[in-house]
Amino acid sequence: MTEKIITKKEVEYVAKLAKLEFNEGEKEEFTSQLNSILDYFKKLNELNTEKVEPTAYVISMPNPLNEDVVKPSLSQDEVLSNAKYIKKGYFKVPKIM
Amino acid sequence: MTLNQLTAHEVINLIRKKKITVYEVMHDIFNQIDKVDNLIRAFLVLNKEEALKQAKEIDIKVKNGENLPPLAGVAVAVKDIIATRGTETTCGSKILKGFIPPYNATVINRLKEAGAIIIGKTNMDEFAMGSSTENSAFGPTHNPWDLERVPGGSSGGSTAAVAADESFVALGTDTGGSVRQPASLCGMVGLKPTYGRVSRYGLVAYASSLDQIGSITKDVTDCALIMKVISGHDNMDSTSLNLEVPDYLKSCQAGIKDLKIGVPKEYFIEGIDPEVKDALYKALKIFEKLGANIEEASLPHTEYSLPTYYLIATAEASSNLARYDGVQYGYRAEDYEDLSSMYQRNRSEGFGSEVKRRIMLGTYALSSGYYDAYYLKAQKVRTLIKEDFDKVFSKYDILVTPTSPTPAFKLKEKVSDPLTMYLSDIYTVPINLAGIPAISLNCGYSKSNLPIGLQIIGKHFSEETILRAAFNFEQNNDVEKKKPSITPAKHKGAAE
Amino acid sequence: MKEEIVIGLEIHIQLMTKAKMFCHCSTDYIGKEPNTNTCPVCLGLPGSLPVLNKKVLEFAIRTAVALNCEINQISRFHRKNYFYPDLPKAYQISQFDIPLGVNGYMEISLPKSKEKHRIGITRVHIEEDAGKLVHEGNIASSSYSLVDYNRCGIPLAEIVTEPDFCSPEEARIFLVKLRSIVQHLGVCDGNMEEGSMRCDANVSLRDAKTGALGTKVEIKNMNSFKAVKKALQFEVDRQKRLLAEGEKIVQETRHWDESKNVTISMRSKEEAHDYRYFPEPDLLPLKVDVKIIGEIRKNLPELPEARRERFIENYQIPKYDAEILTSTKSTGDYYEKTTSLYPNSKVLSNWIMGELMRYLNEEKIEIDESPISPEKLVEMLKLIDEGVISGKMAKDVFEKMFKTGRDASQIVKESGITQITDENKLFEVIDNVIKENPKSIDDFNQGKEKALNFLVGQVMRYTKGRAKPDFVFEAIKQRIKK
Repeated sequence: MTEKIITKKEVEYVAKLAKLEFNEGEKEEFTSQLNSILDYFKKLNELNTEKVEPTAYVISMPNPLNEDVVKPSLSQDEVLSNAKYIKKGYFKVPKIM
Repeated sequence: MTLNQLTAHEVINLIRKKKITVYEVMHDIFNQIDKVDNLIRAFLVLNKEEALKQAKEIDIKVKNGENLPPLAGVAVAVKDIIATRGTETTCGSKILKGFIPPYNATVINRLKEAGAIIIGKTNMDEFAMGSSTENSAFGPTHNPWDLERVPGGSSGGSTAAVAADESFVALGTDTGGSVRQPASLCGMVGLKPTYGRVSRYGLVAYASSLDQIGSITKDVTDCALIMKVISGHDNMDSTSLNLEVPDYLKSCQAGIKDLKIGVPKEYFIEGIDPEVKDALYKALKIFEKLGANIEEASLPHTEYSLPTYYLIATAEASSNLARYDGVQYGYRAEDYEDLSSMYQRNRSEGFGSEVKRRIMLGTYALSSGYYDAYYLKAQKVRTLIKEDFDKVFSKYDILVTPTSPTPAFKLKEKVSDPLTMYLSDIYTVPINLAGIPAISLNCGYSKSNLPIGLQIIGKHFSEETILRAAFNFEQNNDVEKKKPSITPAKHKGAAE
Repeated sequence: MKEEIVIGLEIHIQLMTKAKMFCHCSTDYIGKEPNTNTCPVCLGLPGSLPVLNKKVLEFAIRTAVALNCEINQISRFHRKNYFYPDLPKAYQISQFDIPLGVNGYMEISLPKSKEKHRIGITRVHIEEDAGKLVHEGNIASSSYSLVDYNRCGIPLAEIVTEPDFCSPEEARIFLVKLRSIVQHLGVCDGNMEEGSMRCDANVSLRDAKTGALGTKVEIKNMNSFKAVKKALQFEVDRQKRLLAEGEKIVQETRHWDESKNVTISMRSKEEAHDYRYFPEPDLLPLKVDVKIIGEIRKNLPELPEARRERFIENYQIPKYDAEILTSTKSTGDYYEKTTSLYPNSKVLSNWIMGELMRYLNEEKIEIDESPISPEKLVEMLKLIDEGVISGKMAKDVFEKMFKTGRDASQIVKESGITQITDENKLFEVIDNVIKENPKSIDDFNQGKEKALNFLVGQVMRYTKGRAKPDFVFEAIKQRIKK
């Protein structure tokens, strides 16, 4: 029996951070699935990585830089073309409550 | 024999010799699509009108004796995760249904400049998350070798299209094996280049430090051809390498005498299908016959690759997919009270469950209090995995391994348990973590006539070497050259 | 408890490059139609990737160097993840653990005590700006917000100070000096009203006896230097009052309400943010060569302090004048243009600090929008020197120049108010005035010097101010002595 690594409450908190919502059934299912996955990930603790540098970058090259030149922007129509709700050239969203 | 059954290089040759017209080629391609795609379901969108128009334009150029660009007349299918201006790009997801990018990915521009004709966008696991293409919001793709089986994933649509002669070439993407694994399951050639070799500008991000665009082709020559066109520095991608692109075609030609081949023992432990093991050993004999030296090697941290991959990939994905909120584009729910509930509803209704699962995992791995234990830890183990490869490549030129532990499995066989599905990536994932190139090509068939793939891995920027090894193997093996028969199953419900 | 005020500032400046931070859209977004200044990159469209503008790096290094920071030769970008409609990628590309510049300082002079106070600069880093939310009509009644992404991707430098300010006035002085510095560096125009310079603050009260630190409160939404001082003062008073009443100070974010002159708690709208920072995988480590830092340091534009000293020395003007003339870059530029055209630097200083600034303040315009250009000012002064107009007349002429934008010579010609230089004509008037005012002459002869001024005044009255007062004064003296 796997010891619970992540509780349902934590699942709810993570869902909030990720802006996802689940019904009770889904929460149960997710909690159990995440627990078995995280249990499998525990494997990594077998390795002593105290003196190991993390790989933040796959490529060892300094960051490339572009010239400070202006190029044409997209037209307003192109920018708004995929939006469901627009008004006077703006994107429309419900107010932050 | 219809024109769509040829390879790209054969078609290019015939077009230049004026033996066939591009229009005729496109005609046969779309004929095949009409004939089989309702069974295979490789395509989400087809650009037939535009393709035929471009075909006619190229034919006029041919007639006038004009210079033809290198891929003139070649039909290319593009995985629906790559941005195409004016054509819907869904990433296999409901959340992007209807999204039409106002710009082209760099690789698309390069293909177009090279004269290739983009015939359509292909099906995939949602946001490239999956190994079977069953996670597509638009239904699964079927393996042309057995319609009841998966083509692999996440580039299942692209691979099935090429395997079913619906396209000569396809672009896929590979984050943990999504070009190589389907190539293996469908008997095709699939290459994942060195990280940074091909521009990611326009590739909808899943895991930024692992994603690469790769090619799926019928043979190694076509692979070399496509790679030459799409590779190269792009100043719109900061992770794009500023290194000259070699003539990959030319590099294939040389032999492989004295090539030092390492065979990592950790790739042949339990879990591997005995038929796959057999096919690999037979293949190694061919390499030996061609003059290569084969030795057992070791990549001691192999067993840690999967958890490392899943922690890093899901963490980056959780951030990359946060932009899908329904504001500028994409799915917008009907009902919500305020901004916060709008975000939650759009995302929860728009994303499939595997995507949500990975976003949850990734968010958790990055969250306050868990960052060190999960994400940072995984990045450290990644260093150890990379060092394994560095050590091995100081001794060997290439490594040879199976691509997938089993041939194609049945639809729905692994969907209920995510962990089981993750295990299909066991041989491909370490390569993405190290950022090195690898190619998968067919090395045999199982008793049930399912393709078995072998994977050739090289060190950074050694595409020339792995292509050369692959080419030599392809030209000298005794594997039967055959095509799938694409017959629907005798019992009903197969082609759903 | 006796409390000491502890204030720290967090300032964002928009860098004046031509193109945005990670793409090639223009940074000239103000006044443009919504969503007309964007591209796939700054919109965060699926598949887009950032590439850093080299000028952004240069300007940021310049700023950090001018603030005496140590430049980290290797720094990196991080993603700051959160959801908000003005943030299209749902993360901001910023810097977290290894910023561009650290451990800097800026010295400010306190006006009354004249002592210097060193303000520590904790860090200077670069990050991208977000878009803008617009509300139709009443922010409270409207059920929706409108989003404009034009500002997304504008390059920002974030400057964080140590909590070294002991009073709201110090904070204000710092901001004025910082603005002057960034203007002189040519990296930012320092306009708080337009948002190219923004300021948030952290305020707490420390126990003077024990040194125990109080609870920090964050203050946002201060849109001018004046607002900063008012908001900080209000907050300090609010916290003092709470402590005196035995209440606890809650750690929170408060907004400054300019209309009500109070800070308002944003607690109800606040959710604890877990930004899940991790290194930005789409960008590589930022390596800055020591040579480049050296070059930038060497070629640093003249900073306000240095310019002030140079003005004092070269133009022989007092410190007070020099300070005002170098308070903004454009004022200094204006002054230097005039000194290149006219020899008397003190006279120029007086006119600029006096009349010109008076009218500019009245009309609420900046010196670079002045209807009187340096050339026009100098032309007018030359007219005074030539005796065409008197100093007093010049003031009227100046006013007309400011209000109509016309040249001094034009105005003088049209109004016919040139100074009378014809001595015969003047003596005519003088003799008349002397004849009409015998009592004044007696008074003068009896030692009342003031009587002479009265007579001069009379002459000025008759000539409608067109007589040259010095000449009249001497002439009357002469005549009377006779």
